[in-house]
Amino acid sequence: MKKIFTPLDLNKIKTLKAGQEILLSGIIYAARDQAHKRMVQAIKLRKALPFELRDAVIYYCGPTQTPKGKIIGSCGPTTSSRMDVFTNFLLAKGLKGMIGKGCRSGEVKKAIKKYKGIYFITYAGCGALLSKYVRSVKTVAYGDLGPEAILKLEVENFPLIVAIDVNGGCIYG
Amino acid sequence: MREIKASQITKAVTELVRRANFILRSDVLSALRSAYRFEKNKRAKTILKAILDNAAYAREKNLAICQDTGMPVVFVQIGQYLKISGNLKAAINSGIANGYKNYSLRNSIVSDPLLRGKSGFSPCIMHMDIIPGDKIKLTLLPKGFGCENKSQLKMFKPTAGREEIKKFIIDAVKSAGPDACPPYVVGVGIGGSADYASIMAKKALLRKIKLQGGLLRGLSPKGTVPGFERELLFEINNLNIGPMGLGGKITALAVNIQTYPTHISGLPVAVNISCHALRSAEVVL
Repeated sequence: MKKIFTPLDLNKIKTLKAGQEILLSGIIYAARDQAHKRMVQAIKLRKALPFELRDAVIYYCGPTQTPKGKIIGSCGPTTSSRMDVFTNFLLAKGLKGMIGKGCRSGEVKKAIKKYKGIYFITYAGCGALLSKYVRSVKTVAYGDLGPEAILKLEVENFPLIVAIDVNGGCIYG
Repeated sequence: MREIKASQITKAVTELVRRANFILRSDVLSALRSAYRFEKNKRAKTILKAILDNAAYAREKNLAICQDTGMPVVFVQIGQYLKISGNLKAAINSGIANGYKNYSLRNSIVSDPLLRGKSGFSPCIMHMDIIPGDKIKLTLLPKGFGCENKSQLKMFKPTAGREEIKKFIIDAVKSAGPDACPPYVVGVGIGGSADYASIMAKKALLRKIKLQGGLLRGLSPKGTVPGFERELLFEINNLNIGPMGLGGKITALAVNIQTYPTHISGLPVAVNISCHALRSAEVVL
């Protein structure tokens, strides 16, 4: 299976096709609804973003609390389509990859093609299993949001399926 | 009159939180195993394997089956000859908050739906009922919101036919598509009123999954509820949504319908979809 590393390199990801399975290693940022709302507000107000978006990967995920003695709790993907209204702004700022579950809007597909981004899905409803691939976790912003804070996750061989490739090809048709 | 302390209820609810979130319901697990056997699509089989591995890993490591540990919904059935000393609702909410906190689950509940704000572990939703006897039965259903968001309610005309109702239920599954973690369990409430149909649809998820005639055979499509359930399951499993929405035979593990008498002027139908991680636990005190 193809191994991909972050930050994402366009030369590498442009060879990936919708439907292809890959293993991702490196840094990904967990962010979901409220964090997206805040980041897009920051972009509109021309304020600094809490992490470098260029070539970064966002994982739509809000893990459970971390049980004692573990690196992370259960940490599967949440429904991506809720982030659709925010995605265009982030891709325009350099975001390259997204990980979640389910379909995206036509607008997001177009934006992915335009900005040469990529959308992955991973095993939905398998948060316990996915915790195995996380090596470290750090809160980087919006700690007040609790489970919706932005987390920096270091992952190793995180199993993904390409759902929308850089040319806008989509696994769901 | 038999008496029970509220503190006993708190303790029992805390234990339900652990069981429901760490140990997948045995009927759901059996249905998933059958789905794995039935499924021919290679990718779908791989995903079903991951789902089964996830349940085993969660149980072994005391991890939540899914990070969305849900909006806790507690069905409370109180025997009419039971006396509860203390505050019942507060006791249940303490049990929920203790359990969610102590077992490191997710604090997914915002206190104000519009202002949102800081999230916490409670309150839960409670549905109270009075039953004969002197016991109390508590059932916890931690309902994930990926699938709760796909709920639907329609007030049909009383003259609506079976085909119209069927189309509505199947369309609800189609619109959930790959988003709400298929294979689904589809809860349906037919009759009553708008609110009652919605509660029945949710309660239907508590009914044990029986693999009547297998997941793929549409048998005896007559007017009876079991016949209607099988007919719906058969058609849903021909939609080719499949696990994770990537195609395959198994889109739903079961369709569970509950009915209740209704008014001459209407026919409410509610659909409450559950993801494959259908979690619940119950206790009788």
